[in-house]
Amino acid sequence: MAHPETWLKVTPEGLYCVPAGCYIDPLRAVDRAIITHAHADHARPGHRAVLASAATLAIMQARLGAGAPAEGQPLGYGERLRLGDDVTLWLVPAGHVLGSAQVVLEWHGSRVVVSGDYKRAPDPTCAAFEPVVCDVFVTEATFALPVFRHPPPAREIARLLASMALFPERSHVIGCYALGKCQRLIALLRAAGWEAPIWLHGALLPLCALYESLGVALGDLRPASAAAKADLRGALVLAPPSALADRWARRLDDPVLALASGWMQVRQRARARGIELPLVISDHADWDALNATVDAVAAPEVWVTHGREEALIHALGLRGIRGRALRLLGYDEEEDTAA
Amino acid sequence: MKAFAALLERLTFSPGRTAKIALLRQYFAHQPDPDRGYGLAAITGTLALRTARPALLRELAAERSDATLFAWSYDYVGDLAETVALLWPDSAGGGMPGLAAVVEALQQTAKPALPALLAGLLDAGDASERLALLKLITGGLRVGVSARLAKVALAALAEGRASVDAIDEVWHAQRPPYGALFAWIEGRAPPPEASGAAHFRPPMLAHPLSAAEHGAITPALYRAEWKWDGIRVQIAAASAPARLFSRGAEDISAAFPDVLAAVDFNAVLDGELLIRHGERIASFADLQQRLNRKAPGAKLLAQYPAMVRLYDILFEAGEDLRPLPFDARRARLEAWFARIAPARMDLSPLVPFADFAALAALHAAARAEAIEGLMLKRRDSAYLAGRVRGAWWKWKRDPLRIDAVLMYAQRGHGRRGSFYSDYTFGLWREGVLVPVGKAYAGYTDAELLLLDRWIRAHTTARFGPVREVAPALVLEIAFDGAQRSSRHKSGVALRFPRIARLRMDKPAEEADHLEVLLRLLA
Repeated sequence: MAHPETWLKVTPEGLYCVPAGCYIDPLRAVDRAIITHAHADHARPGHRAVLASAATLAIMQARLGAGAPAEGQPLGYGERLRLGDDVTLWLVPAGHVLGSAQVVLEWHGSRVVVSGDYKRAPDPTCAAFEPVVCDVFVTEATFALPVFRHPPPAREIARLLASMALFPERSHVIGCYALGKCQRLIALLRAAGWEAPIWLHGALLPLCALYESLGVALGDLRPASAAAKADLRGALVLAPPSALADRWARRLDDPVLALASGWMQVRQRARARGIELPLVISDHADWDALNATVDAVAAPEVWVTHGREEALIHALGLRGIRGRALRLLGYDEEEDTAA
Repeated sequence: MKAFAALLERLTFSPGRTAKIALLRQYFAHQPDPDRGYGLAAITGTLALRTARPALLRELAAERSDATLFAWSYDYVGDLAETVALLWPDSAGGGMPGLAAVVEALQQTAKPALPALLAGLLDAGDASERLALLKLITGGLRVGVSARLAKVALAALAEGRASVDAIDEVWHAQRPPYGALFAWIEGRAPPPEASGAAHFRPPMLAHPLSAAEHGAITPALYRAEWKWDGIRVQIAAASAPARLFSRGAEDISAAFPDVLAAVDFNAVLDGELLIRHGERIASFADLQQRLNRKAPGAKLLAQYPAMVRLYDILFEAGEDLRPLPFDARRARLEAWFARIAPARMDLSPLVPFADFAALAALHAAARAEAIEGLMLKRRDSAYLAGRVRGAWWKWKRDPLRIDAVLMYAQRGHGRRGSFYSDYTFGLWREGVLVPVGKAYAGYTDAELLLLDRWIRAHTTARFGPVREVAPALVLEIAFDGAQRSSRHKSGVALRFPRIARLRMDKPAEEADHLEVLLRLLA
């Protein structure tokens, strides 16, 4: 068996599979790329040929415009593909956002799973993560500290609805990332029985429309930018996090500022941003989920792409699992993005 | 405990007064007795609980977590109680008992059994309950709610049956869990009795005088007195034992046995606590020596003898004088003082003035260490709780200012844990910067962000949480006074230094020299 270190390399462009001749989530424009999911830090513009799930390709097409890949090859979950010099590849759901996938690579008897970003909590807008037993598991470590344990999302939605009942005159504006978090929040609200219109900042509209066209029903959505001030009194509004501190928010009368992010678990993060209602809702694995996942895939070796890799590697070491920090610079973890 | 934890969580993040009142009111309306009474006590700081040292929290956490992961987590979160609350393993405990049960358990548990009790409670709760418990026992709720605001919420709940002032009046005669208070507020019982015990009466406070009001200040309407630079106190000697309260209703009797030994009368008095050496009033720094000691020894008592300079009389032999106009109370105070002549007390003299111009001249010339400025009190003002607009004005002397250079910055704690928010600044002496003080206040949130960014970009060295920065940023520092100090390298200690302005425009070489500050020493 060929140890994955010999055929999966860390390069300045990102992770490179030598026998397949292609990169996974490269940080710069390349000839051939496999993309795990369509968040901007993983799906960069300018690649020539991209292999990804059909939904990921559709989102890249919509977001990147001229930077979208010249050639897109869709691959369904579980479909085997032979690539380059005898590499077998398939995609497995990662549960992160619509279309997100883990990339399974097999070569000369060894198997690597590159998980991209993932979560284990249920998400009505995308297929759930499936663990795949492997020799090397490549993982993120965004929330790799034992203080990061995300509460059930339904509890956070209940807190939001309780706040709306207590302050019926105030609009509640929730900062959330445009891809994934926004649609998940809407789906969670619908599941909690919120049938009323949800108002959206203009930047969130195209992806919601795309999700709906890909079969994710989101209910009554309306553009907030066109609304009269009176319509927004007591309304539920979603906006990108950056809009909360922007002049855009001034159209709302004394709003309750909320932010849906895993970072909201740390109080001073919420306070520093002036958030009145922090909602701990994340599309990433929390500490318990990271550790449980590593155990589920039973890999003797784990490579950590980005985040608090030292803490995860330390915890893995205590269980006899070899950890390696890849130090891939360029994957975001600020709350303005996907966390 | 869940409801209390949820309340704390919302209060922590809600900056608006109206929102805070709504949250408190909802909590008081929906929680049963005695839970809500203990909640009220915790928020207003009247809950006496066995407190846990940070070391105990660390020990408890060490039993449940890996030391390295704990250290990294604490470093990341920046708050010990929060770190322990988040990192404590969840066990399907089904929730902590109600707040009252928790408080009573804590009160009844002997010290050696405290760690086991806490561990059991932490196991039972979720992260938000754990944080509430840990904040409760480490004595730092920090939810930005004053006792006054809690009373405003109670008054809102009372729907006209009890005003804030009426609640304030009986407040200090009540004890947690405040059953009688809630019964009155909800219309189930008459108002609780306020008189009797030597309890605190809400003090009358002043608004800062602004230029717009200068025209209204005439000798016909107002009396002037010096504003002494000590701490405002109330001597409550309506029944034995007499007590000494700070302005915030904290009982500081134990720290000032010398003052209380001189109390042998039946009255409630308002005054300023000061340290006096012979005829000279000492600086605030000397008073600080006493305030820091809960049980002072004989040496400290002799070294820093305390006294009270009297401003007002609230009760005399059980008679409530507060409805009387200021002039009438002043006459009663002077007559009472002449008759009783209590030791360790004197009268704060009235300051005569012919017109506003004369008063302004007095204000401008006030440089004595013990004087903070002037107080202006309407001659016809009754003694009312809180800040009554137009009745009393405080006219502090202008702060002193220097332009200093930022030298070191340190990360703050708690909400400022991720910001460089404590600043050491210096002045030039023979081409070298000498540190003269530290400031961690005075800036806006926007300025804090700017400073934080500037510091990260201009760091020249790091020592743990401290960064040394290039000597390139001028801070205009305001402060209330300067004293000689052998403990400071510069030989000067500043009183209440704060950042007045960031002088991004000013080159560091043009910042002030140490001599400028030394000249300000009286």
